[in-house]
Amino acid sequence: MTDQPNSFRNQPDANTFRQMPDERGHFGDYGGRYVAETLMPLVLDLEREYRAAQADPEFQREFDDLLEHYVGRPSPLYFAERLTEALGGAQVWFKRDELNHTGAHKINNCIGQILLAIRMGKTRIIAETGAGQHGVATATVCARFGLPCVIYMGAEDVRRQSPNVFRMKLLGAEVVPVTSGRGTLKDAMNEGLRDWVANVHDTFYIIGTAAGPHPYPELVRDFQNVIGKEARVQMQDRIGRLPDLLVAAIGGGSNALGLFHPFLDDPDVKMLGVEAAGHGLDGEEHAASLLGGFPGVLHGNKTYLLQDEDGQITEGHSISAGLDYPGIGPEHAWLKDSGRVEYTAITDEEALDAFQLLCRTEGIIPALEPSHAIAAVAKRAKDMPKDSVILANLCGRGDKDIFTVAERLGVKM
Amino acid sequence: MNEPDPMTTPNRLSVAFAKPHPALVCFITAGDGDTAANLDALVEGGADVIELGMPFTDPMADGPAIQKANIRSLSAGTTTADVLRIATEFRGRHPDVPLVLMGYANPMIRRGPEWFASAAKDAGVDGVICVDIPPEEDDALGPALRETGIAPIRLATPTTDDKRLPAVVEGSEGFLYYVAVAGITGMQQAAIESIEANVTRIKRSTDIPVAVGFGVRTPEQAGEIARVADGVVVGSALVELVAEHGADAPARLRELTAGLAKAVHSAARASS
Repeated sequence: MTDQPNSFRNQPDANTFRQMPDERGHFGDYGGRYVAETLMPLVLDLEREYRAAQADPEFQREFDDLLEHYVGRPSPLYFAERLTEALGGAQVWFKRDELNHTGAHKINNCIGQILLAIRMGKTRIIAETGAGQHGVATATVCARFGLPCVIYMGAEDVRRQSPNVFRMKLLGAEVVPVTSGRGTLKDAMNEGLRDWVANVHDTFYIIGTAAGPHPYPELVRDFQNVIGKEARVQMQDRIGRLPDLLVAAIGGGSNALGLFHPFLDDPDVKMLGVEAAGHGLDGEEHAASLLGGFPGVLHGNKTYLLQDEDGQITEGHSISAGLDYPGIGPEHAWLKDSGRVEYTAITDEEALDAFQLLCRTEGIIPALEPSHAIAAVAKRAKDMPKDSVILANLCGRGDKDIFTVAERLGVKM
Repeated sequence: MNEPDPMTTPNRLSVAFAKPHPALVCFITAGDGDTAANLDALVEGGADVIELGMPFTDPMADGPAIQKANIRSLSAGTTTADVLRIATEFRGRHPDVPLVLMGYANPMIRRGPEWFASAAKDAGVDGVICVDIPPEEDDALGPALRETGIAPIRLATPTTDDKRLPAVVEGSEGFLYYVAVAGITGMQQAAIESIEANVTRIKRSTDIPVAVGFGVRTPEQAGEIARVADGVVVGSALVELVAEHGADAPARLRELTAGLAKAVHSAARASS
């Protein structure tokens, strides 16, 4: 452990799962920098600046300070006693990242990236968002640092997520509805890349998950792994050992990597990443890139993608807008192939059940994203001994999802 | 042209760029409208090189005109096999006109780079432009193309500084595509001074021809650029004609291409 649990700095050893990516930004076969030439010099600049920031104690001090006093870290580690009883097996613990400022883990990454943007002298911020959580977190840090902010959001998502659109506007962001393609998260990301390529001189693109061209997957992971670093210390403090199983939901995969990464070299800690199975993996209505996709290139990196036999990208589906992306961070692709992390998928129905279970047993309304993780926990806990310990990442709160849930439960609001 | 010896024939791209005048490179998206008729119209109008766009669901370097062309093509059910068939048939009708496929990495590598290179070769394709494979990721496609004898055509941009330029130029064959604006296709045009300065800079580091594209819409613009470059690429303006005129597009394409060709072919070069 570092003596500063909030520090994003990695200290990789030889023969570890924590050394990736290599110097070309590859995680085994995955990752890389598959961008138009216009962006290559920018991406190389970003990498240089990130290396300098990693070595700069002042950058880390500022990052740690903002996480503590603005975001509210460390987030609590919580033993879910009634849920544990209800499941009748392993002890279930939660890392409470839904208690962060803005209500999700997304803010950790936004703090890190806006500090990098300022360091690079960029004066304009852009971002993409699906459900709006990353858009809100980006708009938040832009307000905090007084930088103009443009958020690209699929027109369909703008319609479905109007409370978050209003939040972003309150925070001073310009929200641009994206009508190209099918008007969803991947189209918003395309539009973000188009903006960036046309405004390379002054614009910083805050990518919301551990994906995109190198060094984004690495730096987003590093900004998010504060989750796992804190949890490691907190677990030792509370029960004197590490958990047996880590569980986290996966859309692009940043909250899962944030939790998993600091534990990757602890061989006794098993890990389970939970993708969105939507209406089921046997059909096409799911968002499980790892379990139902194939390797390919999109949005600057090589990774598992939902795609057809010609390499055309297909639309994902999940009840959770935050998991509804046809790709996945490249480090997860590598962790899957290496076998270090196990991946499973949870359907919309199972996630809805878990959502309600947590509301009633623990008095916590989770977001639909971690509801997928909770559903997987419920399945696993039953078959594990009572002295075993599961730690799941409660990566977001569910206020934003109550309309979706009400609709699915047939309740008029 | 004399009847060439197949063993020593310079490839079609070299021939096109060895003409005594600058080359006009024309782009349309495969599967958008009657592609065969539209391609014939470009050749009849005087295009020296054809760029055939491979449709992709996520064309992130393209502006609205070509984005929509991609969507129209995919909505009409265009597959990779269709694109290759369009190329094969074009090659049958036009044995000497260079044909370049332009598109994004994922459809090109889906069945493996070797499969794609071999299928493209069989279809009579001379070169491939892949927007999202920079020199750093050349392994993903470049070696398979070179092995098959297809020219990997690289892009250089206003952001490609002198330090990067050698790496960009090094792996490019056939010609180098200079992207005149830092931006997406079909939007504003760069100032001619900037284009001239950059083409001059690039030509200091390579002997391969340099063609300039992005934002070139009219014969006047094309003619101006042709004075300082080896070729001029026009895409969005042609694609818009396909969108607007449907079955009548060939006549319009022939007309615009003829105007562009006249301007490009008659341009007096500012330097050799």
